[in-house]
Parts: sequence; C-alpha cells; structure tokens
Amino acid sequence: MSANIAEMERRREAARMGGGQKRIDAQHAKGKLTARERLDVLLDEGSFEELDTYDEHDCVDFGMQDSKIPGDAVVTGSGTINGRLVFVYSQDFTVFGGSLSKRHAEKICKVMDMAMKVGAPVIGLNDSGGARIQEGVASLGGYAEVFQRNVLASGVVPQLSLIMGPCAGGAVYSPAMTDFIFMVKDSSYMFVTGPEVVKTVTNEEVTQEELGGAVTHTTKTSVADIAYENDIEALLAARDFIDYLPLSNRQEVPERPTADPIEREEPSLDTLIPDNANQPYDMHEVIRKVLDEGDFFEIQPAHAANILCGFGRMEGRTVGVVANQPMVLAGVLDINSSKKAARFVRFCDAFDIPILTFVDVPGFLPGTSQEHNGIIKHGAKLLFAYAEATVPKITVITRKAYGGAYDVMASKHLRGDLNYAWPTAEIAVMGAKGAVEIIFRQDRDDPEKIAEKTKEYEDRFANPFVAASRGYIDEVIYPHSTRKRIALGLRKLRGKQLENPWKKHDNIPL
Amino acid sequence: MFKKILIANRGEIACRVIQTAKRMGIATVAVYSDADTRAPFVKMADEAVHIGPAQAAESYLVADKIIAACKQTGADAVHPGYGFLSERASFVEALDAEGIAFIGPPASAIAAMGDKIESKRIAKEAGVNTVPGSPDAIDTTEEALKWANDIGYPVMMKASAGGGGKGMRLAWNDTDVKEGFEATQREGKNSFGDDRVFIEKFIEDPRHIEIQILGDKHGNVIYLNERECSIQRRHQKVVEEAPSPFVTEKMRKAMGEQCVALSKAVDYHSAGTVELIVSGADKTGESFYFLEMNTRLQVEHPVTEAITGVDLVEQMIRVAAGEKLEMTQDDVTIDGWAIENRVYAEDPYRGFLPSTGRLVRYDPPLPGWTNDGEANGRRGVDGVRVDDGVFEGGEVSMFYDPMIAKLVTWGKTRDEAADLQVLALDAFEIEGLGHNVDFLSAIMQHERFRSGELTTGFIAEEYPEGFEGAPADEQLLRRLSAMAGFMATANSDRAKRVDQQLNGAPDPQYDWAIRIGETSRDVSITENEIVVDGEAIDLSMEYTPGDRIVHALFDADEDGEGGDPLTVQVRRTNTGLALTTRGATHELRILPAHVAPLAQHMIEKEPPDLSKMLICPMPGLLVSLHVEEGEEVQPGQPLATVEAMKMENILRAEKEGTIAKINAAEGDSLAVDAVILELE
Repeated sequence: MSANIAEMERRREAARMGGGQKRIDAQHAKGKLTARERLDVLLDEGSFEELDTYDEHDCVDFGMQDSKIPGDAVVTGSGTINGRLVFVYSQDFTVFGGSLSKRHAEKICKVMDMAMKVGAPVIGLNDSGGARIQEGVASLGGYAEVFQRNVLASGVVPQLSLIMGPCAGGAVYSPAMTDFIFMVKDSSYMFVTGPEVVKTVTNEEVTQEELGGAVTHTTKTSVADIAYENDIEALLAARDFIDYLPLSNRQEVPERPTADPIEREEPSLDTLIPDNANQPYDMHEVIRKVLDEGDFFEIQPAHAANILCGFGRMEGRTVGVVANQPMVLAGVLDINSSKKAARFVRFCDAFDIPILTFVDVPGFLPGTSQEHNGIIKHGAKLLFAYAEATVPKITVITRKAYGGAYDVMASKHLRGDLNYAWPTAEIAVMGAKGAVEIIFRQDRDDPEKIAEKTKEYEDRFANPFVAASRGYIDEVIYPHSTRKRIALGLRKLRGKQLENPWKKHDNIPL
Repeated sequence: MFKKILIANRGEIACRVIQTAKRMGIATVAVYSDADTRAPFVKMADEAVHIGPAQAAESYLVADKIIAACKQTGADAVHPGYGFLSERASFVEALDAEGIAFIGPPASAIAAMGDKIESKRIAKEAGVNTVPGSPDAIDTTEEALKWANDIGYPVMMKASAGGGGKGMRLAWNDTDVKEGFEATQREGKNSFGDDRVFIEKFIEDPRHIEIQILGDKHGNVIYLNERECSIQRRHQKVVEEAPSPFVTEKMRKAMGEQCVALSKAVDYHSAGTVELIVSGADKTGESFYFLEMNTRLQVEHPVTEAITGVDLVEQMIRVAAGEKLEMTQDDVTIDGWAIENRVYAEDPYRGFLPSTGRLVRYDPPLPGWTNDGEANGRRGVDGVRVDDGVFEGGEVSMFYDPMIAKLVTWGKTRDEAADLQVLALDAFEIEGLGHNVDFLSAIMQHERFRSGELTTGFIAEEYPEGFEGAPADEQLLRRLSAMAGFMATANSDRAKRVDQQLNGAPDPQYDWAIRIGETSRDVSITENEIVVDGEAIDLSMEYTPGDRIVHALFDADEDGEGGDPLTVQVRRTNTGLALTTRGATHELRILPAHVAPLAQHMIEKEPPDLSKMLICPMPGLLVSLHVEEGEEVQPGQPLATVEAMKMENILRAEKEGTIAKINAAEGDSLAVDAVILELE
C-alpha cells in the first residue's frame, strides 16, 4: 500500500516539475511564471484540484514515443475564486514549448465540457508555441475540438482568456471566440502569421510586439481587452474580473455586501454639464459617482475611448455600463466604438447582466473613411445588440442625443425599460446650428436670421421635454439623484420577463 | 449702522464678509460675473446682482457697475474685500459722491500709500525705518564707495531698471564696489538702456513681517500685532503666521508704534497692513524697514483674528459706520499661535503649474465657515478654520486667483498649530485638479520651518530642484503598511462574502507582502494585532471598503486616549493602494503572502518616454500651434489645439523641454496617433 502511495507521490512530483528545472528557470528569466504558479496566483489558495495529471501524448513519430512528460503541456482542473467555482486550463511552456497535442486538446475539452454541464466559467491561460507538429493533423483536430466547444460554451458560461506567452497560428482562434482576452505586455503576442512569414509574403518588417503584442491588440485591433504589466497583475485582475461575472447563463449575477447606500446623493453632478455645449467633460465621473463605491472595471479602455464599457455594481449586484465619452471625439459613434459596445451589450444580455447606458452622443462620425469601411453595417451592430437585449435596460441622457445615434443608444423605442434624462439633455435630430442651416437654407447668407432661427430651434428642441412629452423619456431627473433612481429601477426590474420570438438564432450584421 | 452691505468681490473673501455681516444683522448683496453664477458666495448673500462677463476687467473691476448694483439694491455700504477695486482711490471717491459708504480707508490714504516713492517719503517723515540707500543715481566709483561706507556693508548696487538678478550686484566690502560698480552700470546700459545705478542696504536673511493696523474716524489707531509671511514663492505668499517667531515684545512695540505713526500721518482709518522687510541676520531685531502699506483687508487676516479674538471685518464695518474703537492698545493681546496655509490650484509636482478645472471632489477637513465660538468664532472648530469659496462640482476658473481655500489652525504653541495643520491637510480631499496640499504639509513638517529660521528664500533654498513629495521615515512607512494590510484584509473579507460559493465563504486573506519603493514588508492581520515584519503595531482604525479617507490611531492607551493620529487618503490602483498622507502619495503594491515569492520573477519595466512626442489623440483639425521650433516649454504648457467634432482640445507638454521639430501646420487634418511635434 505504502509503496503504491509512494509511487503516486513520485509521479505527482514528476508532473509538478513539468519540463524540468532548467526550463522553469528559462521561463522565469523571461519574467513569466510557470503554468502551476499562475494557477496559484489566480485561484484561492489551496483550492486547485488538478485533473489528468498523468495524461501523456500518444504520438509515436519523430522519436516522440521516448519523450513523454506527464500532463502533456497543459495543467487542467478546477478551483475557486473568492469561493466561486471556475474551471481552468494553463498551458505549460516548459513542456514541449506548450505545444498542443491531441491529448492536450482533449484535456482542455474535458474541463470545458464539465464547465458547461455544471455551469461555471472557463479561464484559459495561454502560453503555447502552437500545434505539436510531430502529431500533424491530430493536433489540428485537437484545435478544432476546442474551437467547437468555445462556440457551444459561448453565452452559456463566461470564457476568459489570458494570453501569457506566444499564441500564434490556428491557436489564436480559441481565445478569439472567448468573451474577454487579457494580455501581458512584452511577453505575450497573438497573430495568425508571424513576422518571418509576413516578411516573406508582403516584404514588411515588423516585430512580434508591433505585429501582435499586448499594446497592439488593446489599442489598434481590439482583439484583446486589457493589457497588464506582468503575469501577477494580469492574474490578480482576472480574479477581480471574475467577481463581477455570473457563473453561467442559468445563474443570477453575483451579489456581495456593500455599505454604499442607494440614497447617496451627488450634488456635484448637478454642475457637471458645462454651460458651453461644446466643452467636454469626463463621463467617468458620472459612472464612478453612480456605481457602488466608485468601482468601475473598464473593458477596452485603450480602444475606441469615445465609448466606455465596463462592469460595476449597484447594491452589490453586477451591472454593465455603456457610456458615450465626450472627452474623446465628442463621444461620437464610429465603427470602432459601435463594435466595441455591441459586443459588450451582447455579453451582458447573454448573461442576464442589466445594462446602464449614459448618453451624450452628437451622432455618427462623418467621413469617407467611415462610410467606405462600412459604418452602416458596423453601426447596425450596436443598434441590433441593444434592440435584441431583453435584460433590464436603464438609460440616462446627460446631454446630447442627436439623430440616429439617439435611437441606437438604448432608446425607449428599443425597449428601454427606464429612460431618464437630465434637465441638460437635448434630444433632437441634430444640433441647432446644423438643423437651421438645412431648414433655412435660403437664408444662409443672412447671419442675423440664422442666429435668430438657431435660437428658436434651441429653445424648442434643445431640452428633454419635447421627448418627455411624447413618452420617449420616462422622467426628467435631478443629476444628483441618478444613483438612487437607477438603483430603485434595478430593484423594480428584477422581475422583468421578456422573450424574443423563437428563432434558431438571429442574423446580426457581422 | 448700515442696513445693507454690498460686497464688491467674489470667492472666499466675499463669503468672509457676508458671514460677519449676517452675524451683525446686516443684509448682504453679492455681485457676480458669468463665471460665478453657481458660486457659494452668491447663494450665501441675501441678494445677488449679475455684473457681466467672466473677465474681471468687464465685471468686478468696473466701478460703475458696482455703484449701479448698490443703487438697484439699496445697499448703503460697500466692502471691497482685497484685490479688484479695494485700493482704487477713484472708486472710493465715486462712492462718496453717491453717498454710499466705503468700508475701508479714506481715498486720500489709499492714494498716498499707493504711490511707491510718495509712500516711502511719508513713511520716512513719520519716523518709520526705511531701507538706507542713495536717494539719487550715483555716477562714479568714488561716490559709490562713500555711500557704501555710510550705509554699511553689505550693500546692493542696483541698476535703476534692474531686477530679477539682472543689473544687480552685491558688495560685501570696498573691493567689491571697486570691481563691480562700473560693471553694474554697463549691465544696466546693455540690458535696459539705462546706466543709472543706486546703492542700497542689502538685507541679509530677509524676512517678511507685517503689522496689522486698525483705526477709527476719531483719530484712534492701534496695532494688532504682527504676521510673518516669509514663506513665499515668487513673491506669492504661501504660509502666514501670527505672531512671528522672530519678533520680541520690544521689537513688536517698536514696529507697531512706527506703523501707527505712519497711519496717523495719513489720517488712516479702517484695517490696514504695513509690510516690513526685516533682516534675520540682525538678532537685535532693530533692522526692520518699511516696504509698503496695503490699505485693505489682507488675505492672511485670519491669523491675526485667531490670536487676538478680534473680528477684523466687524471692526471695519463699525469704523465705516462712524463708531469709535471699543478697544485700546492695552486690550490687544496675543493668545496662542495661528498659522494659515493657502491651498492653491497649482501643482508643485509639475513646477507649480497653475491648474484650473473642475473640483471633482472637494471635502475640506471641516466644512468652510463653521466655528465653535472660541475667540469670537475666529478659530473655527477645535482650532481648525476653513475659509473657502468653492464647492464640490464647482470650477476653479482661469479668470481669477487660483486660491481654493485658506486653512487656518490655532494652537497654544507654534508647534501645536503646525501639528494641527499637518493633520488637517491630511484630511483635505481635492480631486480633479493639481493642488499644493502635499507641499504645504511638507513645509509644516520641515525642520527649518519648525526652527523658525525663516527667510523669504525658504522655498527656493529648500526646494531648489522642485518638489517631489515630503520624505517619509521608517515609522510612517511601517504604519502605512499596517493600515494597508488591514484594508486589504477587509477588502478580501468582503470579496469572500459574495454569494454562489462552492463551500461557503472561505477565510479572507490575512497575510500580505506590501512593498513601498524597493522595500517589501510582511504584514499579518490577526484577531488581536497587526504585525509588520514580526513587530506588533498598535493600531486602531475603522475601514469600510470604498472609504476614501481613513483615520487611524497608533499607540493609544487602553481607553483609546492619546496616541498618534494618522489620516490617510486612499485610492485603489492596479497593484494595490495609493495612500496620501503627510505631504506625499505612497504607492503600495499589495500581494497575498503566498503570491509574493513569485514577484521576484517579474521584470521591472521602464515606462516608455512618450513625453518626448506630442501625439494627436484623435482625428481632427489642427487649429493652432502655440509653440515654435527651438522654444523651451514648461510642463502643462499648451502646445497645440486640435478641434474634433467642433470641440477644441488643448494638448499640453508633459514635461520641460525644447521643441525639436514640428511635423504639422495649422489647418492640417490630423490622423489619430499622428506625431504633431517632437521635444528634446
């Protein structure tokens, strides 16, 4: 008996050493943690339960039969984050460069299947050189098996990917189909083809970091959501992030105690909107002063900053926040901001997270670059996402809500549940100046008349009351009472039941 | 007595006057510009009259508008505050002509003291010490030597147009004069086209000390002790105190009597201040000299009020109404010590750059204008007084003085008042714009400030390289680590009380590795104590997740009495907490103990130097470039304005540098991330 236990211990110890001390040291020298160390940071201390510790590949080509390491380059299992169950896999770069074999893929699929069955998030820590080339097509098949599960799990359990090393070629498509991607600066990159192939094919010279590093993907491409300085920061942030998410689409949003009273008034919001309509202000201030304890976990903060997306809590329960940001491009909707917000809104809807929308939008961004790149189709994504969402939707118009952008931003017409406006709101087809230049085109050269008509238009439409008189705005509220209004609204909407017509799935303009 | 007083001013001083008028049962009228429609002083007054656009030249400085507002509201007196019209003799005459009382000195005294040369002449005649010097320009080196010896070394040779170090030469002896006099003349000629040179006594270790004067219309003038305002930055007062640590009873009397004589010479009534320059090198205290007389209420008047218990605004009102002073010189006493810090919207971390904008958060240590009645209400509550004219959500505008508030503390001793400043500054929450709270705290803790060895060069000498936060000693860092550990455990405890758990709530994290700078400390929270690096810290504090200000008490006795209080402002960061207290912000990286050993593998990164380029943050039109190639720029200086979606965005320099290359021209359409210009 004791010999058997000793054998188990020996094998466990061997598995724990992954690719051996030398490779572990090399991993550390690059500023990276090992697969198991990462799980120690991510999960509650001592909560990790490993599965398939002794799993080995079954490849017999190119001498691989003599080179087997238990676990086969990925550590899988489950654990808790602040007591809540999550399933995890963590690729081990010290073993065959973290390359994905058939067995490696099967291990990942096993935890994903389990997560789907029980309804718990999947967190993947990616650090892999790519396919196990020695296995050839078996490895490719393995990828596809993971892809298929990513797709089936989408909208069923939250999926979070942390890119903590290389992730290239076909491997990128698994994280790409998860809900959120965090990357580590300087030590992680994602691309379909690397710099060498790029050079051969297009003659472009580019570094890995420029081509697909954390900064590139969190600013330019929006493939990734947030970039962190190092492994530990990324993993600790992932803990905070998971705290916001429901375990699955069968569970309610998590709730935790807070001492922040819903009656908290913020008189300073009454003076937030500048007298000059062209002067920007920081929408973050509204968000921070409304949410519990000022906590706002922002998604894609470095991309399309003209719209803000992120999670917060009201009365300790998670909400999703979408807000135009007047500080950047006057908060205009463009291709990037529409895509960013659309995906966020759909995530919230999929997981029953109520959506708060703060509106100050002057319209869609004009220009050939926008039109030729398809603002029509991309703008439609956000419209589509808001319109199909059946979760509680509360909208607050702080200032401008012009034109089609007014309709898009969770308006009453898109089944907004509670649509509030601050007294400073202006709900109109467009700004007064533009409107008058069209209506009174014949008077273009008469500045006095234009000024007079502009004033007239402003008096008539630059307020929330026209919209309120039609029921498009449910109530005009004091800015200082915004938190209380939203919190009460969310309480009342907890019993909301709304279902879209049965369909196989919709056909969002992709 | 007046029925209704109009305050021809704004901000804190308007609030100050309204406050006393209200207590005296007098109605008040505020006047306000476009920029002040939401300001507290407008709400505080019984009535308010709009007087024009934000620019002071078109509102607060227009005498006719003030007079019209008086007529409109029936105000029978005007208090001018300080600045604006307070020292304009013509304004006083215009009010006189309309039969409206001016709460201040007579026009003649304002005029006499407003002229630099004339005021000096009158002062000299009245027997006030003036800085010894040659009355006229000196032509030759021989003449210069004669004057220098008459005055006594050291002397300053000064080109008549000289200033700011140019055209000025210090001489400690005859040799210096011989070698330097003609050079000074040449410098004057070359730099200013004027070779006239004067010689004047050089004041060593100069201190700025001033005497508060109070007189009535019946010929009575008294002095209400001195204030020392030596802590200045570029002639702007930063810290004021009363009494002065340099002034002896004998010196006070000598100064006070000379200043009273001067006031009487110009038939002064109301409150006024005589500013003196004092040589700190002359320990006899006899080297004090007249600088100028300010014929108005001073910004720093509260320190005088705190030690004398006299409400200066009340006295001004009574005097203007013709009442006799009820007190005599013998009634004037000194009770304790008072210090005033001026909280400015300027950023000491960025070269004291003025910083205007929205007060996203504003929460002073106690609400402005509250008091517990001590010393006629002139000491605030428990020795802390806040005079302010702003509010959370308000704006510190570019149009007026960037002062946010005056923080006044009173204690039995100077150290007590300074200690109270440190505590109050720690609790002063300002967010949204740069401010000097840390800098003020650093001064209050500074050894040299505590020694009382002040000169007007204090700031330039003690912070020659600028300000980077007050230094923190080991004890403070340990205490902050203990507090951070406590807060981290509280946050962890709350995070672990979420629902939907697998095995019920797990234990919160109790053991931490907390790093400040290069030093990591092990912090353990146990049921009974907090241990930092194996040493128990006696700490009691309350913290609820989300708190932005936390009060702690260290080493108190069993009843919670005594001990060292520490107030800390808390901000969450990606890696832990930023704690602001005692004049600096400390970044604390907080890791659970079991994670900490892994941190050794993380590579410390140098942040990229983006500050060398000005990147266009959005696609837009380059409306204007504010700099040229080769120009030197200061942090925060506007470099370019980009218009996007009809909004103007001002792009500013992040740090000091020279414009190396400009890559765009006004009128260009810029893409996002375009490099507008490069710095070196």
